[in-house]
Amino acid sequence: MPLSLLMAAKEKGFQQSQMAQWNRSGYFRSSGSRDVNPDLETERQTASFSVERLTAILDGGADNTRTRRAVEAVIHSEPGFSRENQYFQSQNERYEAAVRRSVYLKEKMHQMGWTEDGPEIKYCYRALGGDLAFNVHRVFKNSILALGTDEQIAKWIPLADKYHIIGTYAQTELGHGTFLRGLETTAIFDISTQEFTLNTPKISAMKWWPGDLGRSATHAVVFAQLYIKGKCYGLHAFILQIRSLRDHSPAPGVIVGDIGPKMNFEHIDNGYLMLQNINIPRENMLSRFSQVLPDGTYVKRGSDKINYLTMIMTRIHILWIEVIPTLLKACTIATRYSVVRRQSKLNPGDPEAKILDYQTQQQKLLPLLATAYAFHFMNAYVNEFYNKGYTEIRQENFDSLPELHALTAGIKAIITEYCTAGAEVCLRACGGHGYSALSGLPFLYTKLAASCTYEGENTVLFLQTARFLVKCLAAVHSGQPIPPSATYLSSVDSGKCQARTSVDFLKPDIYAEAYRHRATRLLGNAATKLQGLVQSGAEQHEAWNQCTVQLVQAAKAHCHYIVVKNFIDTVEKLRNEAEIQKIVKHLCDLFALHGIFSNTGDFLYAGYISGDQIDMVTASYLDLLAVIRNDAVPLVDAFDFTDESLNSALGSYDGHVYQRLYEWAQKSPTNKQVSQAYARYLKPLFQSALSKL
Amino acid sequence: MNEDLRRERDSASFNPELLTHILDGGAERTQRRKEIEALVLNDPDFQHEDLNFLSRSQRYEEAIRKSALMVVKLRKYGIADPDEIYWFKRTCLGSFVEPLGLHFSMFTNTLQNQCTVGQQDKWLPLTYGLQIIGTYAQTEMGHGTHLRGLETTATYDPATQEFILNSPTVTSIKWWPGGLGKTSNHAIVLAQLYTQGQCKGLHAFIVPIRQLGTHEPLPGITVGDIGPKFGYDEMDNGYLKMDNFRIPRENMLMKYAKIEPDGTYVKPVSDKLTYGTMVFIRSIIVGDSARSLSKACTIAIRYSSVRHQSELKPGDPEPQILDYQTQQYKLFPLLATAYAFHFVGAYMKMTYYRITGDINEGDLSELPELHALTAGLKAFTSWIANAGIEECRMACGGHGYSRCSGLPDIYVTFTPCCTYEGENTVMMLQTARFLIKSYTQVCSGQLVSGMVSYLNDLSGQHIQPQQVAARPTAVHINDPASLVEAYKLRASRFVEVAAKNLQAELNRRKSREDAWNRTSVDLVRASEAHCHYVVVKLFTTQLSEINDAAVHAVMNNLCLLYALYGISKHTGDFLQAGILTDAQVTQVYQRVKELLAAIRPNAVALVDAFDFHDNCLASVLGRYDGNIYENMFEWAKKSPLNKTEVHEAFHKHLKPKQAKL
Repeated sequence: MPLSLLMAAKEKGFQQSQMAQWNRSGYFRSSGSRDVNPDLETERQTASFSVERLTAILDGGADNTRTRRAVEAVIHSEPGFSRENQYFQSQNERYEAAVRRSVYLKEKMHQMGWTEDGPEIKYCYRALGGDLAFNVHRVFKNSILALGTDEQIAKWIPLADKYHIIGTYAQTELGHGTFLRGLETTAIFDISTQEFTLNTPKISAMKWWPGDLGRSATHAVVFAQLYIKGKCYGLHAFILQIRSLRDHSPAPGVIVGDIGPKMNFEHIDNGYLMLQNINIPRENMLSRFSQVLPDGTYVKRGSDKINYLTMIMTRIHILWIEVIPTLLKACTIATRYSVVRRQSKLNPGDPEAKILDYQTQQQKLLPLLATAYAFHFMNAYVNEFYNKGYTEIRQENFDSLPELHALTAGIKAIITEYCTAGAEVCLRACGGHGYSALSGLPFLYTKLAASCTYEGENTVLFLQTARFLVKCLAAVHSGQPIPPSATYLSSVDSGKCQARTSVDFLKPDIYAEAYRHRATRLLGNAATKLQGLVQSGAEQHEAWNQCTVQLVQAAKAHCHYIVVKNFIDTVEKLRNEAEIQKIVKHLCDLFALHGIFSNTGDFLYAGYISGDQIDMVTASYLDLLAVIRNDAVPLVDAFDFTDESLNSALGSYDGHVYQRLYEWAQKSPTNKQVSQAYARYLKPLFQSALSKL
Repeated sequence: MNEDLRRERDSASFNPELLTHILDGGAERTQRRKEIEALVLNDPDFQHEDLNFLSRSQRYEEAIRKSALMVVKLRKYGIADPDEIYWFKRTCLGSFVEPLGLHFSMFTNTLQNQCTVGQQDKWLPLTYGLQIIGTYAQTEMGHGTHLRGLETTATYDPATQEFILNSPTVTSIKWWPGGLGKTSNHAIVLAQLYTQGQCKGLHAFIVPIRQLGTHEPLPGITVGDIGPKFGYDEMDNGYLKMDNFRIPRENMLMKYAKIEPDGTYVKPVSDKLTYGTMVFIRSIIVGDSARSLSKACTIAIRYSSVRHQSELKPGDPEPQILDYQTQQYKLFPLLATAYAFHFVGAYMKMTYYRITGDINEGDLSELPELHALTAGLKAFTSWIANAGIEECRMACGGHGYSRCSGLPDIYVTFTPCCTYEGENTVMMLQTARFLIKSYTQVCSGQLVSGMVSYLNDLSGQHIQPQQVAARPTAVHINDPASLVEAYKLRASRFVEVAAKNLQAELNRRKSREDAWNRTSVDLVRASEAHCHYVVVKLFTTQLSEINDAAVHAVMNNLCLLYALYGISKHTGDFLQAGILTDAQVTQVYQRVKELLAAIRPNAVALVDAFDFHDNCLASVLGRYDGNIYENMFEWAKKSPLNKTEVHEAFHKHLKPKQAKL
């Protein structure tokens, strides 16, 4: 990235002065010590590889690491960005703090010369744990850029860039999310006034959920069914003003507000919007691909397929900005805590053991660590597909769009599903302290939990991938060309796993083949079933519904195979990094074998893997746990999250877990604010005991 | 009522009330429960704002108000039966908890069980009268599971006849006890007793922590709230640090162990009796797993009947999302699980009462087994319910994520029970220890009894590898009794595998503990398989006790679904052991899908039978009348962010900066 190089060079002088301040002790400076808990220190001394080198690889190059650290140093040196009180804040306070931080960040970026499309912005987001407002403002802008004419872009984008207006993207309604065609908001064109009249005809048609809508936004891109002369032309996007630019009060006919507390994202004012006869000029329909002429003629031009790209890009973006880093953080916290926490004894007479030395704890955390790496490495794979698709689509060639769409749908679903489940395991693996908000884990988990729904509900997405795969399989059978991500469907199946010893299961060819076999078989079974139902007279849609459980399983197996295969390829590419290649290979083996161990039935079926071979898998898998155990802390250190970004009493770099918990808890408002509970309700009860004690 | 829900209810093939009676343990009990619930539901004193709109401090205050009120009302109504008190309280609390919870349970129970008669005379009247409020301070910041590792000390000083209590390290600070942070003025503190220079292990002491009258912490006591958590917002889980804090000798609970005035320590007699309490608490948690999962299923299934989305057949109206096979596959196995766990909880409670009878007659023989086996059931049911509640929430899409769905509250309140009263993995390993012990007994030619008696079928003499697999099997996938056998075979195979792997590790001359640790993944698996067998068995047993044919038919389907779904999720176990063939596995998958379709028409009636009042569900999505969307809007309007039309963040941050940007 040339731009990041440039930035790195520019920041160099600044870095040197700031790096001294870039330390991991965060806001607990009152505790004085910067030393590291010896139990963590010993873990670091025995690392089998260079953590710094692995960090650089994860960042996509040492230059990126430098830029990232420089950005983090700037952010963390500003008390205005502190998130220390985050877990103590009410919904109102969190919202206000996010607005404050976002405005402040905007100023800071201006001051530092960081641009909206520069490399720094994602590092800012990472440093602040995403605790910012106006995230949908970006989507608002992108939708205008994608759907607007040049004039519309020229009118709205400069205003949005300067935050003179704040926009939101109002698509989802109370009654409809997944099924866009079912949206009920209407926009009726009136030729006599040259205006559209927007309406929310019933309660289920209220816009519901859009971020930044509840309290912040002044404008919205609203999706509505377009009607001209009584005829419905389907969904279109309209820009309308919803709040006064003078005093921020709702525009006449607009009922807007916050949808209330959620599991998380309380810093975001997800909102509702009800429109009563709102008139907007004809020019406010975003008209790059379709336009309403003054006489009411509806004109369509070009293909709006390119819009899919925006959706795909958003999906990819949230995975590597929001979802995967959250699992990485959860792993960091749980792993560090598990070497600081000692409980019970492994051998009588010994000191109490680190809980990471228990096999059951390793089984909870280390496969997740492998998963975290597996997903992180998917970035390159997905980007390659995206860039290729992007180039072709720009040239009006839409051939690769179905594959790109299917691939990103399935990958989004599998990653969000695994990351969410994984963060929850991390939370529970930290015992009681994991349940404390100060562990940071409830916050991380509840953020991830939303990702299984937003940007496409996972089951729906898996079924989209399945639909694509069923088509690919038909292409295989009829000898037509098959898209690259599914070519494996046409390779010849050996029928039996070739492994003879447990060591054979550490050969990527062996396990890749097993995953390939499973994916092919599950898809084949589902497709056969589907075909059988249709042939026996079932209607297509009914047959499809009856096979959806199987189809989802097939899509998951496909995605699982892709992730395993990509992990293997990533290990190959590390051939110039012997030490790192070795540990990453262990992670790859663990990821693959854990998947077999957890789904033995899929592999045992029809004797592809024998019972004896499953025992070999189990043996290799358990041995790997013990091997990776030794590098567990260096492997999470390599993610290189600052303490401020983790915002966890359990996961800080220096491992002073208990001191932090104690000091931080004392800052809780419940320990400061005077509660009336005692005076009002308890005191009357206690009075009469005075005489008896 | 919403039309969809009305239609669902009209088309049910059985009378849900009859099922409610079974769940309650009889029609009379259902009636009494409803009477008790009505006392709360019709009482304006118990009305309050949705706690989700309040800050933690406000929620705490509201919870205290309610606790005090419940005491007053329970006395006024003369409700004293434990079940009736439980019904009353859970109707008041919904998905929330009360800061006085530990006062009524652990604090009072410990005083009752571990005080001498003289101590009881002093403390119990004050406790019953709430003139003192106490908590139970065991867990420390550094120790939960490993009690022997607790670091708090109580050193006896014969000169003053006092104990000096100390928290010698940061890790020794008491951490987590409910009601400790702000509410309690006394605590039962567990500490290492030192007398005459020797450590005598953990003992319980009653420690005053706050000044009566002012409620200020006593000198030498540092006490406070441990801060926000995942859930339990209204609970003041607390910390307690003691610095040379003195209490009189009489404040040690001395029913068993004693300290003479001169510091002589008198040893306790056996205290196996505490096993009974733990079995009881675990039966409550299993019941809680069933109840929390039932609530989540009620919400998700009602919502899925009201929500319409997409199209199945082009051109048709949008179908109820419950008509999608994938949605049924998410929810119906959980519905079956909720019923299964309910019967397990009832069984455990019944067994507890039966054994308590035995204890009073001096027969303790069954206790160790029961103690060991219920540990696993606590873990098994809470893990599955924990995941199941989240599945229900996600099955409600975006709206499940809103606090108005009630699902986030159910989940965050439930999830800590995977940790408290025994961390689940540790619990599973306790059960495994008993299973291995039983297996070893069988191998040495002794028979074992009770739930592990299936181990007797393993020949004690010549256990060969794959022996279980070699046994001819004839599993009938439509016969619950036959499926119980299949689960039994799976459990015995896993116990055998774990025992053999443990032996193999020992043969490599590892220490017992090391070998145990290296086998623990196998051991947990064995426990899980055992528990799964017990659940399937208890569910099947329950079927024979259902007299009504229509109810029996629908419960039979649920029981089959529970058993077959479990197999479909663990096909590898059944294939590897040769319990099922490939062809049977295919049939199992197919049968599961047929059962989904068979249960579909009764799904709403099956959750109605749980008979949760709307107030108790506290969910807009789960409302009995199904009028979801308009009530979501009403709920949202009360959000704190909507208190003013223009939020102050606009005036403070946005407006002044907009010009500059």
